[in-house]
Amino acid sequence: MNRKLRVGGTPLLGGLMLVLLLTGCEPPLPATDQQGFRGTGMLEVDNPRRQEAKLAAIVIPDPLPQVPASGTRSGDIYQNVQVLGDLDVAEFTRFMTAITQWVAPEQGCTYCHAGADFAEDDVYTKVVSRRMIQMTQQINAAWSAHVGDTGVTCFTCHQGQNVPSEMWAMSPEPGRSAGLTASSAGQNMPATNAALSSLPADPFSPYLLGNTNIRVHTMQALPDGTPLPGTKQAEETYALMMHISDALGVNCTYCHNSQHFASWEGNSPKRVTAWHGIRMVRSLNNEYLEPLGSALPENRLGPLGDAPKVNCTTCHRGLNKPLGGANLLQYHPELASASLATESGSASNMPPN
Amino acid sequence: MSMLSFERKYRIRGGTLLGGDLFDFWAGPFYVGLFGVTGIFFAILGTLLIIWGAAMGPTWNIWQISIAPPDLSYGLALAPLAEGGLWQLITICALGAFVSWALREVEICRKLGMGYHVPFAFSVAIFAYFTLVVIRPVLMGAWGHGFPYGILSHLDWVSNVGYQYLHFHYNPAHMIAVTLFFTTTLALALHGSVILAATNPGQGQTVKGAEYENGFFRDSIGYSIGALGIHRLGLFLALSAGFFSAVCIVISGPFWTRGWPEWWNWWLNLPIW
Repeated sequence: MNRKLRVGGTPLLGGLMLVLLLTGCEPPLPATDQQGFRGTGMLEVDNPRRQEAKLAAIVIPDPLPQVPASGTRSGDIYQNVQVLGDLDVAEFTRFMTAITQWVAPEQGCTYCHAGADFAEDDVYTKVVSRRMIQMTQQINAAWSAHVGDTGVTCFTCHQGQNVPSEMWAMSPEPGRSAGLTASSAGQNMPATNAALSSLPADPFSPYLLGNTNIRVHTMQALPDGTPLPGTKQAEETYALMMHISDALGVNCTYCHNSQHFASWEGNSPKRVTAWHGIRMVRSLNNEYLEPLGSALPENRLGPLGDAPKVNCTTCHRGLNKPLGGANLLQYHPELASASLATESGSASNMPPN
Repeated sequence: MSMLSFERKYRIRGGTLLGGDLFDFWAGPFYVGLFGVTGIFFAILGTLLIIWGAAMGPTWNIWQISIAPPDLSYGLALAPLAEGGLWQLITICALGAFVSWALREVEICRKLGMGYHVPFAFSVAIFAYFTLVVIRPVLMGAWGHGFPYGILSHLDWVSNVGYQYLHFHYNPAHMIAVTLFFTTTLALALHGSVILAATNPGQGQTVKGAEYENGFFRDSIGYSIGALGIHRLGLFLALSAGFFSAVCIVISGPFWTRGWPEWWNWWLNLPIW
């Protein structure tokens, strides 16, 4: 082997490695947004082209034209109207048209109302949609700390599909070998629920259904004998945070200053919104979605037989504001009804220090 | 300053890169040179600017003094001194001082008739710094992407920039760089220990030579890289570690905006599974 060839080979090999490394990368320029004091690295980094593609993928239906009030309560005309009985009949019909467009545009009215008697509760989808209307009202009335004035409608999650495309249910742990290594706490496999890291595969059951403490950060410099959460708890927390990042299409520094994850000082105010969001999702799963399991047919249940539940992706779909911040609620004030709101509300429920 | 008997003959004029005989002399043991002067100039100016910045800042606590780069809103323009402009000037001074030092090393190499391995090695360190404060900020479109000059604040910056990509340990170039850093220490430890072993054979024994060092590694791992080879390997490992560190940060942001775990999708999507 002559010397020239060897010398020429090094840059060639280096160049090849660089090409391999950049495979699957994105070209500049990224879009960056400063979240804190200059020089702290509190930045949100985005690819503006991906961001535009995500927004372009959402087709929001035109709002239905407003209708003049008829002066009659829908409850006086129709039977078995349990939630929207106080709504004007004209508004009621307009809302039914909207919900069809949002949830069952292909099947139409018969997706929930079978046969001649629309008042019958004989189709499970009708029972579910009634509960989901209540849930939507509850979100808009009691969780403004998370949804703000934009609020949510059925379309926020459903986006024209019978079942929102992003739901979660409990699943068996990813399969491993037998014996001592049989259980890996859901780790060491690419976890789609944790932004493809090898962190625990199910961050939802402990935090978005259960009430496990998310905080693993010690608030003191030196140990004082108080038992602290272990590595396993830290990894589950990390997995949940990866899910939130993935769901919102944001990075960790969108909310957190890694100088001190648990401290509110020096962290982005957006973290407060997220704090309420976690509690909102937990409350919705426990009060609305998990109990619906008994009403659902088997094909709608998860592999372990529980009802599909919501997580951050269900609404957000990779955007920090669901539907790019579009406000559909303004055209449907009936979904903002405060009639049943408050008892589990979050207004008085402030984050701990 | 005392001088070894053979030292004087190396102290010859010439071999300078710029300015001919200007500053081509020694001050005590130190070669001065034009780049020694520019180096001192940039180093003192930069240090004074840092002290000025500290004086304008909230603290004299050495750990907490921080000279931060400008807000992102200034883009690649100059910022007012108190709002990141100092950082920009200090960056120029730092690069001026580092490059001066490297060129002074080149001049010394030329006087001694040596290869340029030392200034080349130092250049890789300068390149890593240049990548952090110039190449990446330019690719990201703002000087505000540089790191702040402060003992603790630059560590906070490193941590936050890592978390901008969710989990930095999944950055492929970071993996390579970390591996190279560890391998560098392994190679240095093996080399250092075998040299000390050969030169400290025990009371009454003769000091052992290169063949014993080779013999040890041939017996234990079947191969000895050799007396010159270990230094080539060590330099390669160390410089590669610095180089891949620069690569791992320059691809974070300019060439990848998502979490690093997601980058490995190409691996999960290979048709071989």
